[in-house]
Amino acid sequence: MKKKALYLLFSVALVFSAGCGKNKQSITLAGSTAFQPFAEKLAEQYMTSNPGATITVQGGGSAVGIQSALSGAAQIGMADLVNLPPEAKDLSATVVARDGIAVVINPANKVNNLTTGQIRDIFNGKIKNWKEAGGADKTITVVSREAGSGTRTSFEEIITGIELVGEALIQESNGTIRETVANDAGAIGYLSHGLLNEKIKAVQIDGQDCTTECIMTQKYLLVRPIFLLTKAQPGAEVQRMIDYILSPEGQQTIQQNGLITAK
Amino acid sequence: MPVTSEKIMQRLLLAVAFSALSALLLIAVFIISQGLPFIFRYGFREFLFSSQWNPQAGKFGIFPMVVSTLWVTLGAMAIGAPLGVAGAVFLTEFVPRTVMRIIKPSIELLAGIPSVVYGFIGVMVLAPLIRDHLGGPGLSLLAGSIILGIMILPTIISISIDSIMAVPKSYREGSLALGATVWQTVRMVTLPAARSGIAASIILAMGRAVGETMAVIMVTGNSVKIPGSALEPVRTLTANIALEMGYATGMHRQALFATGVVLFVVIMILNFSASYVMRQRKARR
Repeated sequence: MKKKALYLLFSVALVFSAGCGKNKQSITLAGSTAFQPFAEKLAEQYMTSNPGATITVQGGGSAVGIQSALSGAAQIGMADLVNLPPEAKDLSATVVARDGIAVVINPANKVNNLTTGQIRDIFNGKIKNWKEAGGADKTITVVSREAGSGTRTSFEEIITGIELVGEALIQESNGTIRETVANDAGAIGYLSHGLLNEKIKAVQIDGQDCTTECIMTQKYLLVRPIFLLTKAQPGAEVQRMIDYILSPEGQQTIQQNGLITAK
Repeated sequence: MPVTSEKIMQRLLLAVAFSALSALLLIAVFIISQGLPFIFRYGFREFLFSSQWNPQAGKFGIFPMVVSTLWVTLGAMAIGAPLGVAGAVFLTEFVPRTVMRIIKPSIELLAGIPSVVYGFIGVMVLAPLIRDHLGGPGLSLLAGSIILGIMILPTIISISIDSIMAVPKSYREGSLALGATVWQTVRMVTLPAARSGIAASIILAMGRAVGETMAVIMVTGNSVKIPGSALEPVRTLTANIALEMGYATGMHRQALFATGVVLFVVIMILNFSASYVMRQRKARR
């Protein structure tokens, strides 16, 4: 009886391992958590039109995207940085979308416009009260992302000269930044423009709204590109996937879900 | 036929038992091999006692995190230990056994609530309460301590109950027969007799508090700064690893492993002292 059970176990294991061995066209995308939801949607569409393909999408952050494209752990790395780090110079990079970074405050806050200088001073801790930035007498709670985050790196590179104040709250995702700012009347944070909703308010930066139009016309300052990184000579399958993302259909999906198209 | 299957099962179970052990060994070796070289290269004192944590600029001082971890843990103990021990005394000495049989499992259910749910309640309920009534950003050392204090209750209560119940009935009877009240008996006979078990429960709870990550990340605000008051945000060692591991490469990654080494050592010390205290009790009998 027990022996039978063992045989059964082995045969089941065999069937499973056989299933793994059948290597169909499998592509892995890894990296930027900002682009991850879009990549998942695109992968889903791609797989519907190409039934043979298997696309896996993993997060991990931009640094992971670069690392895994370099090591080959993923065929395509995703990175959302303004400037790619030097170790990515051997990779071929394609801009597939652009993303605005919105500076957000609580809707109860009467401030509507901040200058780049004010944002720098707030995140540096030089301005500690909203009344110094045209608001009510309320302490500012600075909310930022963790060191290494693509959004934070881009934000700090564009605003320049930020040395984050020690009191700043650190949240590990766009979503938790949104929750924190929505719950704290004195908070200021920044997040991907695609994730704005009615619970938070995006401020104008130097008089420019954070809208798709202003980002397209390059009037809005805080914009970062989203790169797909591959080895210098990507395989035909990988190239087909990237071409799909750049195709009108892929770009339309990107735009419908809140990102801005590559061109 | 039965003999062979017996042997197979024996081998299989042996392999399973060793796999647990080898997992521990593997983790220990991996963390230490990844983290220790960094500590030596960067400098032990610089790493442990410098307050500058700025991975982009190559500065890796975990002192604020060490201090924050200590404060959050102490805060959690200050809240959880008196409540837990008092609860255990109440359940063993002051209510009928049937009541205890209902309440104890319900308290143990607290241990089954995922930590992310504790964190969620902390963010949604506790942090706004603190922000509105006490000030500060709400996500703070205090919020972390309260949440952890509740999370460690089941550990403290159930181990304390076991050790109080293990005190021989004759001790209590003797005390009561001499005219002591129930409270006097608890204070002067039962608690001292159960002391080592209660101490062990508190040490184990400390281990849990030090190691807890998800709930802490959600409610403490994660600022790298030595806290000036309980209302300020802090970042613990575990939170530091979990927050930054996704992005860490090179030196930064090694620094996080080194943070892991520090945590590993702290938790090892706590666990060893817990089992030492427990053994003391057995030896005394």
